[in-house]
This record gives sequence, C-alpha cells and structure tokens, in this order.
Amino acid sequence: MAAAVEQSTVEQVRNLHVSEYKYGFYTDIETEKAPKGLNEGTIHFISEKKGEPKWMLEWRLEAYRRWLTMEQPTWAKVQHPPIDYQDLYYYAAPKKKPGPKSLDEVDPELLRTYEKLGIPLKEQEVLAGVEGARVAVDAVFDSVSVVTTFQEELAKAGVIFCPISEALRKYPDLVRKYLGTVVPITDNFFATLNSAVFSDGSFVYVPEGVRCPMELSTYFRINERQTGQFERTLIIADKGSYVSYLEGCTAPQRDENQLHAAVVELIALDDAEIKYSTVQNWYPGDAEGRGGVYNFVTKRGDCRGRNSKISWTQVETGSAITWKYPSCILRGDDSRGEFYSIAISNGHQQVDSGTKMIHLGRNTSSRIISKGIAAGVSSNAYRGLVSAHRRATGARNFTQCDSLLIGDRCSAHTVPYIEAKNPTAHFEHEATTSKISDDQLFYCLQRGIGEEEAVALIVNGFCKEVLQQLPMEFAVEAQKLVGISLEGSVG
Amino acid sequence: MLEIRNLHVKVGDREILRGFDLTVNAGEVHAIMGPNGSGKSTLSYLLAGREGYEATEGSVTYGGRDLLEMEPDERAAAGIFLAFQYPIEIPGVTTMTFLKTALNAQRAARGEEELPTPQFMRLVREKSEALKIPQEMLRRPVNTGFSGGEKKRAEILQMAVLEPRLCVLDETDSGLDIDALKIVADGVNAMRSPDRAMIVITHYQRLLNYIVPDQVHVLSAGRIVRSGGQELALELEERGYADYEADAA
Repeated sequence: MAAAVEQSTVEQVRNLHVSEYKYGFYTDIETEKAPKGLNEGTIHFISEKKGEPKWMLEWRLEAYRRWLTMEQPTWAKVQHPPIDYQDLYYYAAPKKKPGPKSLDEVDPELLRTYEKLGIPLKEQEVLAGVEGARVAVDAVFDSVSVVTTFQEELAKAGVIFCPISEALRKYPDLVRKYLGTVVPITDNFFATLNSAVFSDGSFVYVPEGVRCPMELSTYFRINERQTGQFERTLIIADKGSYVSYLEGCTAPQRDENQLHAAVVELIALDDAEIKYSTVQNWYPGDAEGRGGVYNFVTKRGDCRGRNSKISWTQVETGSAITWKYPSCILRGDDSRGEFYSIAISNGHQQVDSGTKMIHLGRNTSSRIISKGIAAGVSSNAYRGLVSAHRRATGARNFTQCDSLLIGDRCSAHTVPYIEAKNPTAHFEHEATTSKISDDQLFYCLQRGIGEEEAVALIVNGFCKEVLQQLPMEFAVEAQKLVGISLEGSVG
Repeated sequence: MLEIRNLHVKVGDREILRGFDLTVNAGEVHAIMGPNGSGKSTLSYLLAGREGYEATEGSVTYGGRDLLEMEPDERAAAGIFLAFQYPIEIPGVTTMTFLKTALNAQRAARGEEELPTPQFMRLVREKSEALKIPQEMLRRPVNTGFSGGEKKRAEILQMAVLEPRLCVLDETDSGLDIDALKIVADGVNAMRSPDRAMIVITHYQRLLNYIVPDQVHVLSAGRIVRSGGQELALELEERGYADYEADAA
C-alpha cells in the first residue's frame, strides 16, 4: 500500500508548474545602460547620472575600494555557481525625459507594465478601486524610480517619500545624517557592493508626532537583461511618529540568474514605530532550476529611541536563492522588535533566511514568528539569532519557528543561535515540523475540496498568524500568492 | 443508485475484495457487517476513491455513471459522503472554515451558487444544535483535540451540512458510549429520505437497534456471503462470524 502511494506522489511532484510564473513577461522599451562590468569608471558614471553631491561619490568609491578587498561569504546553506561580477550591467534606465511631473509624462509602456502586475499607479484608480485605502507608490524600474504618487498630499503632512536619488538632491543633509548609520559600508560583502553601486530606492522621512496618513509602497521591477539591482532604502521615523511601508517585487523570466543585492535601513527614534512589510515574488527559476533571482539582501532596523518599535513582516515566495536576515537592534530602553515571516520554497529554490534580534538597551523585547513551507526539491532553512548584551537587563524574547513539508524530497532546517550575556534575559523558543499528510489531503478531497485548494487551505491555516500582521490591503494578495506558489506541489 | 458487480480490489499486493456484489437503491439503508479483515474499510475507501485501492475487476455504477472513473472530489460533488472511522485532524483550519470551503467547492462543481455566509452560519447552527455540538467546537481546528465521540459527532455534522445522496458510515459506532450513540443515530435517522441511501458498516449489532436497516449483509473474506433483514443482525450477535469464517477458509 505504501509503495503505491509514494509512486504517484513522485509523479505529481515531477509535474510542477513552476514555470508558470505570470510576471515573466519582458517590457520592450528603450534603455540606457552603463558599459558592462564594474570599475571606478562605473561608479563615476552612476553618480554623475544621478547628479549626486561630491560626498556621495566619495562614499561610493570608498565602499568600492573596500569591496575589492573582500570575499563573498560561504557560510549560508545555499549553493550556486560563482557570480561573475564583471558580466553585469550596473545601471540601466528607461530612456525618458528627466523627472516626470505627472503620470501623463511617464512612458505608457511602463504604465502598462505596472498595470499588468496589478499595481495601481493611477491615483484615480487607487481611490476608486481599493475601498477606503490609499497607497502612495514609488515605482522602480530597473535602476530608476519611474514615478511616485501622492507626493503632494504627503508633503502637506510633512512626510517625505521620494526616490533616494531625489532625496540626495533635495535633502542631502538629511540623507547624509542617517545613511550608512545602520548598515555601514563595511558591514558585509553584498552591503559593501550595494554601497558602491546602488542606483535607487525609497527615502522616507516622517516628522515628529506625525502618523503617516497612508501606506507607503515601492514596487521593484527588474527588466533589463543581465543587470544587477542594487536598491537602497532609508526610512526615518522621527519622535512619536508612525509609518507603514510595503515593498513588492517581481522580475521577468530569464535563463541566466539575476542578482538583487539591496540594503534597507530603518531608524525609529523615541516613541516612534515603523512597520515594514514585504511581499516578494521574484522569478524562482524554471522547473529544472535554471535562471531565477539571487536575492541577497541586508535589512536592518535600529530602534534608536526609547520605547521605539520596528516590525518586519514578509511573505517570500520567489527568487532562486534567498539570503536575508531582517534584523532589529534594540538600542533604546523599552524598545521592541518583531519579525513575522512566511517563506515558501518550491521546485529547486534554496532559502536560508531568518532574523537577528540584538538586545542592547534595558527592558527590550522581541517576538519572532517564522513559518517555513518547503515543497518540491527545495531547501528551506531558518537561521535566527537572539542576543542580549551583558548590560541588557530585562531582555525578553519569544520565538516560534514552524516548518511544513509538502512531499518527501524537500527539507527544512532550523539553526537557532541564542546568546544571553545578561542573567535577567528571558528567551523562549518553540519549534515544530509537520507534513501535509496523504490522509489530510484525502479527507479534503472526500469532502469535495480539490487538491490545490486543499493545500492552500492547510497552508493558510498554518500561516494565519503571520498573514494577520500584513496591512489589510496586502493580506489578500499575500494569501493568493501563497496559493499560487504552491501550485503543483502535493503531499 | 449504486450498483457494484463482481468487484475485486487490491491493496498493495493483497486482494481484499473478491467478487463483491451489492445493489443499493435510493431511500434504502443497508448494513454491512463482518469480522476484522473482511474488507469493510476497503469497501468504504474504494467508494470514496482513495489512492492505493485498486479495482482489478468488476464495476461500480453510481447514478448511471462509472464511479471508478471519477476523482474523489468529483464523487463528493456527485453526492458521496464517507464518515471516516478515524476522522483526520487538520491543525490551523477551523471546522467552520473547512465546512464552508467544502460546501462551496461542491456547489461550484455542480454549477450552483455559493451559499452566502449568513445563510451558511444559520445552516450550521441549526444542524450543530440538533447534534448537541457547542458553537465553540466549530471554531476549533478540524478534529484537533476532539475526543473520539466528538469526532464521530462532527462527522455527522459534516454529513448534515453537505447533504449527500449516498452516505457511507464506516464503523461510526466504534468508541461511542450509549448516549453518544443515540445522538449520532438520531442525526443519521434525521437524514433518512426517499432520495438518499445509506451504507452502514459495522462490527456490532447494537447500532442497528437505533439505525434500523432495510437489508443486512454479511461480508466475509472479501465478498457478501449472506443477506437478510434485521433478524440476520440479531443472529450474528448471538452466534458471531465463526460460521462464515469457516466457509471462507
């Protein structure tokens, strides 16, 4: 009996629909590119294109020189052929007039792209379509931000939300004060590379006491061939302020791999709160594991002020290789860090991901809820660090990491690191591993629920706690994404 | 409604059903009784379409259609319901959500409209009250942490909400005390109707005092060896299955 069941499971797993990535189209548009490869000339090219202040160019060059002395780290549980850093374009931008003032000035091809992705750029559409919710969007296409919506309204509240390249021109002192203070240029191989060649990203500044009047969101789209995407995001919540930010990402289907090495820095001052959500659906590679995005990202939040709070919520379903650890430095007394994650791997994807909660101040707390779902022949590892400095009295942490396996050719691993250098630290860790059993699937089928719907139902139940953390507008999208990313997998 | 002819079923390497015949018409309640290993669960899994249960010979016709050609969820939408002997736990999915998903999936498959939530809630409340199932239990994940009796009652609730045409009850009485048995039996009896048929699979005669069958069949070594009325069940109660096992060997 057991042998018969396994055989058909094997057949079904072989017929994965991994290649039906619906964002795999390519937009035919005139692009301007830097010459291929990376050298000081490339850095000058990028900085000049952006019209950056001199100190920014110096900063980049320092990072680049530093990068030349570093070696790519190999400790993660991921495998990939070596990346040829000279075989990439470090800048690609759609040719257009400088800085569109309104949507009418944006190339219609680009607007169509975002429409296809279901991203509301037309403000009227946003107002009409999404009930009661307004979302300001910064659309980034390859290396540049294409348009940012609702800027006027945000300006009335005093909120700055614009591409970082624009911030460097309009608010250079503000950027200089905070850039690199959470992720210094020496931090790690990919962050250093990013510091040298970052092209664009979002800059957010919320003034004292202001609750940002709407969700802010950026959609990243890698379009050009063989370009790396190195975006840099910097979000500052001044005292007593609140902001909720969402990052979404897609990329076309290709044979070669695309590199995405981003850096995100969050700074929350006294009594401020930053909520950062990511719904990531990069191209995962085809059914044989070719192509796909390499997602090597450094994301870090600094709870600088007392009673400050930073929470990371992510739903990750794409990318060939994911290597990221959104972290919180709990510097201010009474500060709080939270991490909620759903990481799904299917086909040949490899995920080594997790978080770091670093307790420095007094009476700091952190909460980690990680849900890993593995299907196909993928590998899904959670790596978490919870540490308390010896002066961090009263540090508290609760960690729950659960893995769900679909099929028997995939794997899930949990690698927790706990360092409590203060005797009053109280850290709790729970971990479970389960499988979607044939019995459960058959029970659902017998009640009339189709296989894919059954998997989605069970997985959603598994992920409920994390999905509830997402801003309402995106929770539904995330739920659908979870269902789609598991199409073709079966237990 | 259901016509089984000369059915041979293999599970792994072993042939469990060997020339099984049964005819069930709408409005009828058939009891199938037999010793352990006779093929009772094999029959119910085969009818539900579970993988690993292979029909090597014979035919099963349901409502004029070849049942063996239909997928399990297709069979459900066509009105077949199996009350599991060991109901499965599904953590994270509440009973309410599970039922709503199932009902609407079946309705969609039949080209019917989804039942709006308020009506669905009313339907479930009505049926669960009759089965003495507290509302709180409906908010718990399916069968998770339920006692044996609660699981069996929950199966009958699902049956009541999904309103199937053919109910297959696989040892629904096992593990139940008299009170629970009565509640379950009431629930099943409440669903008897001229356009519904039931196959009650049981080891013990006791359940049949409450769910009175139209026909009783004895299953031994993979086939029906004797059929009769309720008095057959009483005879089995007195004499056991020994007579039939001797023949089977």
